[in-house]
Amino acid sequence: MPRATSDAKLLIQSLGKAYAATPTNLKIIDLYAVFAVATALIQVVYMGIVGSFPFNSFLSGVLSCIGTAVLAVCLRIQVNKDNKEFKDLPPERAFADFVLCNLVLHLVIMNFLG
Amino acid sequence: MAATALDSLPAPLRSLRLKTKQQELLLRVSALALIYVLAFVVRLFSVLRYESMIHEFDPYFNYRTTLFLSEHGFSEFWNWFDSESWYPLSRVVGGTLFPGLMVTAALLHRLLRALSLAVHIREVCVLTAPFFAANTTLVAYAFGREIWDSGAGLVAAALIAVCPGYISRSVAGSYDNEGVAIFALLLTFYLFVRAVNTGSLAWALASAFGYFYMVSAWGGYVFIINLLPLYVLVLLVTGRYSQRLYVAYNCMYVLGMLLAMQIRFVGFQHVQSGEHMAAMGVFFLLQVFFFLDWVRYLLNDAKLFKSFLRITLTCVITVGTLALGIGTASGYISPWTGRFYSLLDPTYAKDHIPIIASVSEHQPTAWSSFMFDFHILLFLFPAGLYFCFKRLSDATIFIVMYGLTSMYFAGVMVRLILVAAPAVCLVSAIAASATIKNLTTLIRTKSKSPQTVSGKASGSKAAAKGAVDQSLPFQQNAAIALLLGAFYLLSRYAVHCTWVTSEAYSSPSIVLAARGHNGGRVIFDDYREAYYWLRQNTPSDAKIMSWWDYGYQITAMGNRTVIVDNNTWNNTHIATVGRAMSSYEDEAYEIMQSLDVNYVLVVFGGVTGYSSDDINKFLWMVRIGGGVFPVIKEPDYLVNGEYRVDKGAAPKMLNCLMYKLCYYRFGELTTEYGKPPGYDRVRGVEIGNKDIKLEYLEEAFTTSNWIVRIYKVKPPKNRS
Repeated sequence: MPRATSDAKLLIQSLGKAYAATPTNLKIIDLYAVFAVATALIQVVYMGIVGSFPFNSFLSGVLSCIGTAVLAVCLRIQVNKDNKEFKDLPPERAFADFVLCNLVLHLVIMNFLG
Repeated sequence: MAATALDSLPAPLRSLRLKTKQQELLLRVSALALIYVLAFVVRLFSVLRYESMIHEFDPYFNYRTTLFLSEHGFSEFWNWFDSESWYPLSRVVGGTLFPGLMVTAALLHRLLRALSLAVHIREVCVLTAPFFAANTTLVAYAFGREIWDSGAGLVAAALIAVCPGYISRSVAGSYDNEGVAIFALLLTFYLFVRAVNTGSLAWALASAFGYFYMVSAWGGYVFIINLLPLYVLVLLVTGRYSQRLYVAYNCMYVLGMLLAMQIRFVGFQHVQSGEHMAAMGVFFLLQVFFFLDWVRYLLNDAKLFKSFLRITLTCVITVGTLALGIGTASGYISPWTGRFYSLLDPTYAKDHIPIIASVSEHQPTAWSSFMFDFHILLFLFPAGLYFCFKRLSDATIFIVMYGLTSMYFAGVMVRLILVAAPAVCLVSAIAASATIKNLTTLIRTKSKSPQTVSGKASGSKAAAKGAVDQSLPFQQNAAIALLLGAFYLLSRYAVHCTWVTSEAYSSPSIVLAARGHNGGRVIFDDYREAYYWLRQNTPSDAKIMSWWDYGYQITAMGNRTVIVDNNTWNNTHIATVGRAMSSYEDEAYEIMQSLDVNYVLVVFGGVTGYSSDDINKFLWMVRIGGGVFPVIKEPDYLVNGEYRVDKGAAPKMLNCLMYKLCYYRFGELTTEYGKPPGYDRVRGVEIGNKDIKLEYLEEAFTTSNWIVRIYKVKPPKNRS
C-alpha cells in the first residue's frame, strides 16, 4: 500500500513538472476545457438530485458543455506547435474553424433548449 | 492526332491549343457533365412509357404530405394531425415521419416558382429522385478522388450513374426517402473521410450537416451511426489512431447528434436507444485514448505510464460497465428493436415479427438478384478490395469496411442492396481504374521505348532498357487484349443496366402493363379507376377497410379515411383488420361495425393473372391476425399444410370474408377459353365456392378488369 501511494505521488509530481513546460496559450485552452467539463459534471449531479424532467433542456445543457470541451481540445490539438500532424494548418484557420463550429453548436443548442 | 491537326492551323488559332493538364481537365469535366446528364436521363423510362406519375405505395404518402406542406406551410405540416388514416386512432404525421424528402421537394418547387417556372408540385416530386441520383454521381466522383485518384472517381461516377441496384429505387416517380437518402449517405461518408484525411474541423462540421440531412430523410441513418464508430474502433485496434481521427469523429459525433435530435421522429434516441450506444461508447473511448496518449507524451517514462495505465483502465472499464448495466436494467436505454435484430440475425423476423417478414422487400436476397443488380461489379468488387488492401490508408480502410458491412446487410434484406450499391461501385471503380491504368502504361511505355533509347540520356536509357528486359514476350499484345476485354465487359455492363432499367425497374406498379394475344401492350389502369370512383361516389367521411398495402393510395388518390395504412405502427389495429378478413361474414360484420367501416376494398387478380393480389397475401393476414387474436388459427385455412382455393380447400377458407369478397360472382365468369367458368388465372384452378351469397355487404363497384373490388357495408337491420 505505501508503495502504491508513493507511486501515485511520484506520478503526480512528474506530471505537474512536465505540464509546467506547456506554452501559456495551450494552458488557457486547457483551463477552458476543464471548466466546461466541470460545468457538465455539475449539471449531471444536479440532474441526479432534481430529476431530468425537461430532458431536452438537460441534454442541451450538458451537450453544450461537452461540445465546447471537445471543440476546445480539437483546437488545442491543431494549434499545438509540437504536433507534426497539423504542420500545414495555420492557427488562424484552426481558430476560424473553431469559431464556426461553436457558432453552429450554440445555435442548435438554443433551438433545442426549449 | 488532335495535336498534329492543330499544328497545321494558323498561328492565332494555335495559341488556343491547350496544355496537357488543361486538356485533361476539360476531358474530365465534360465526362462528368455527360455522366450527370446520363444518370438523370436513364431514369426517365417510366415517364416516357406511362406518364409523369407517382409509383407504388409509400411514395403516395410522401406525395400527399408534400402537397400538404406546399399548401399549408412548414408550421402546419410540423403540427399536422391526420385524421384520415388509422381511423379511429389517427396519426400525428408531423412527429412520425422523416421530413427531409418533403422539405427538399417543397423547396425545389418554391425555387422553380421563384424562377417563374410554373410547374406542378407533382412534376417536382416525380423528378426529385433522378435529380438526386445525378447529384450522387458528383459525390461519388469526389469520394473516389479522395480514396484513390480522379480516374477512379470518374469510373465510380459512371458506374453508379447506371447501377441497377441504385436505379431500382430512384427512377422517376419513385418518390421515396431512399431517393435522397443515398445521396445524403454518400455525402456524409465522403465528408467524414475528407475530415479524417485533413483533420479539419470545418470538414467534420460539413459531415455533421450531411448526417443531419440523412437523419431527416431516412431511418437508414442508423447504418452511419454504427459504421463510423466501428471504423474508429478498427483504426484504434490496428494502431492507426491519429489526432486527425480524434478531431473528425468527435466534432462529427457531438454536432451530428445534436442536429439529429432536432428531428422529432428521432428525438432522444441518440442517448436512449441501444442502437446508438456504440457511437457513444466509442466517443468516450476516444476521450480516454486521447487522454492516455497525452499523459504518455507528458510523462515520457514507460514504467510510470504503465502504472498509470493500469489505474485508469480499471476505473474506466468499471465505470463504463456499471453505467451500461444500470442504464439497461433501469430501462433507460431501450433494448434493440426488432428491425435491428432482424438485420443481425436474418431468421429473427420470421419467428417473431410477421409484419416485417410479410413485406417482400425484407426477404433475404437471392443470388440471382445480386447478379441482376450488380452484374460485373460483383466480381470487380473483390478485385477492388485487393487493390485497397495493397494500398492501405485511412480512406481505403473506410471504403473496405463500408463495402463489407453493407454487402452483408444486402445479403440479409433485398432492399439494402441499395445501401451497398455506392460502396460496390466505388470499390469496383478502383479495380477497373487501376487495371486499365496499369494496362495503358504498359502499352505506352513499350511503344515509346525505342524513342527513349535513341534520344535520351544514358540513365533513363538504362531504366527503359531494364523495363524492356523484364517484360514478358507478347506483353503488349496481351495488354491490348486485356484492355479490349475490359472495355467489352464495361460495355456489357452498360447494356445490362439499360435493359434492366427499362424492363424491370420502370413500371409504376399502380398501372399494370401486359402483352396481349397479338403482342400489343395492354394497360390495366384499374387502381386509379377504383380510387377515383371512391373519390366521386362515396360520402366524404366514408371509412374504407382494406389490407394495409393500399392505405396510402386510398388516402392520397381516393381522399377517404382508411383503417390501416403502410405506416405499420400499430400491429393490433392491423391484426384486427386481418381478423375481420379471415372471419366468417357475420363475425367480420361485428368487427367492421365496431370500426365504423363503410366500404371494403379488395384486390383480386384472378381475371387478369395479376399475382400480387389479396388472395396470395391472405396467409399473411391470417398470421398477423392470429398473432394477436388466437381465435384465428393458420391450420384452419390449410389442407394438409397446403394453401388452396379450389374444391379441396378448407371449409373455413371457402367461407371467410376475403374469399367471398374476391370470388363473389366470379363463378359466372369465363376467364379463359377452354376452361370452365370461375377459373382463377393466378392460382390456375377452378374455384371451390361458386355460389357465394353476401348477407351483410353488397357489391358497390368492380373495376373493368376486376382488379379492385369495392363492397358497401349494409347498415344494421331494423329491430323487429
